[in-house]
Amino acid sequence: MLSVCPLSSLARGEAVRVEAEPPIAVFHTEDGEVFALDDTCTHQDASLADGWLEGCEIECPLHASRFDLRTGQVDAPPAKKPVRTHRVVVEDGHIFVELSAEEPNLPPGVSVGSQGAGGGA
Amino acid sequence: MRTVAVVGASLAGLSSARALRSQGFDGRLVVIGDELHRPYDRPPLSKEFLAGTFTRDDLALEDADEDLGVEWLLGVRAESLDLTERTVVLADGKRVRADGVVVATGARARTLAGTERLAGVHTLRTLDDAVALRAEVEPGRRLVVIGAGFIGAEVASTARALGLDVTVVEALATPLAGPLGTDMGVIVSALHADHGVRLICGTGVRGFTGVERVDGVALDDGRVLPADLVLVGVGAQPNVEWLQGSGLELDNGVRCDVGGLTSSPGVVAVGDCAAWYDRRLGRHHRVEHWTGALDRPKRAVATLLSGDSSGPDAAPPYFWSDQYGVRLQFAGDARSADTVTIEDGDPADRCFLAVYRRDQEPVGVLGMNQVRAFTRWRRMLGTASVVAPS
Repeated sequence: MLSVCPLSSLARGEAVRVEAEPPIAVFHTEDGEVFALDDTCTHQDASLADGWLEGCEIECPLHASRFDLRTGQVDAPPAKKPVRTHRVVVEDGHIFVELSAEEPNLPPGVSVGSQGAGGGA
Repeated sequence: MRTVAVVGASLAGLSSARALRSQGFDGRLVVIGDELHRPYDRPPLSKEFLAGTFTRDDLALEDADEDLGVEWLLGVRAESLDLTERTVVLADGKRVRADGVVVATGARARTLAGTERLAGVHTLRTLDDAVALRAEVEPGRRLVVIGAGFIGAEVASTARALGLDVTVVEALATPLAGPLGTDMGVIVSALHADHGVRLICGTGVRGFTGVERVDGVALDDGRVLPADLVLVGVGAQPNVEWLQGSGLELDNGVRCDVGGLTSSPGVVAVGDCAAWYDRRLGRHHRVEHWTGALDRPKRAVATLLSGDSSGPDAAPPYFWSDQYGVRLQFAGDARSADTVTIEDGDPADRCFLAVYRRDQEPVGVLGMNQVRAFTRWRRMLGTASVVAPS
């Protein structure tokens, strides 16, 4: 399991990008739930942790694709593929992520290990 | 409404077809496009597709198992619109009768006189344009880009990364002074020099040298720049000639109200060809941005299906550009601003956020590698109450 951060250091409505291969985004919703998804939008290279969090949805900051945080499914195009989700465990006030064994849906031109810190195409 | 014809099969046309189905229209839906291709994404053409990291399949806008129940008429141009007969007349003589029409014919790249028969001179708008340009982009060749707008800058950036020798020529004293204002235009266009691309401003192009194939670009100041290939990126013009005489009001695009309705009931217009009334600006405004083609069709289709164009105002225009590994994002309107200030970061680090204001009220925001902060500002601009300029 990947140790992320104390729950208290991630305010509601905020997200944090965790360096992994590929990077992961952890979201703390206004309702107090915590979700983890691959950080890279499946459409084109952009960090979902930089996006707009509303309810259980994250909107990509670049092209406004929307994904359901619970399932990773696409709620609004241009993205066509879901984002891979990871299981979150909050233990003793600390966020851990159990990495999915499924294949990630990275956008074209992006492969595991190829991403820089700020995205950029 | 039993039949709707969407004229235009790019992002605005596809988004309209999707909106029609999601808003409950279950009648006959015809989409007409003058290109042979199914809807594809244009922004990567100057970047990932030109660089070779995206394939044609990567450009597809439709999902493989998406079924909108659309009758596609592709590779055929719409020639006229007969409002009395409610009919779109196509170049092959076919006539499509429809109760509702969505005009989404987009825009085309402007060209320069004297380049029609000269090989090696390109524009970039369509997939076919990009395929032709890509075939000529080879390391060591000399590329002259005419126009330092976003297309020109992105092609310069991509070509430079591929090892070409690149010169950009801009007629204005400052590139991007229109969309970003002079101060930010200076900062953003400095990216060219950072990456070894020559930028020549304040001179127009007088003509081209070369017989069958271009070998140079002659500038107004007398210089001749040697060139193996040329990219002309001098803007786009709306494809609305086919509507002349139809009765639709045209003025630099199809004039629409705040909900996308044209001067004729049952006809809405979206995307690069449409000039919607913008209450923030107090005038009609044609927006040539990808995001408008994605978003506004929902609003226009609601207008078409209900006959009522009242509703929320469209979000402020937003666009992005990826150049030289830097992500630029802009939302709002720079032209109406009286000040612009750096709120975060430092232009020298190629990482900053700038806010444009009019009478102290934010009217625009520019981010360079500042995605998270930009997203919050963009939201704020979108939810601010709409006040018409005094």
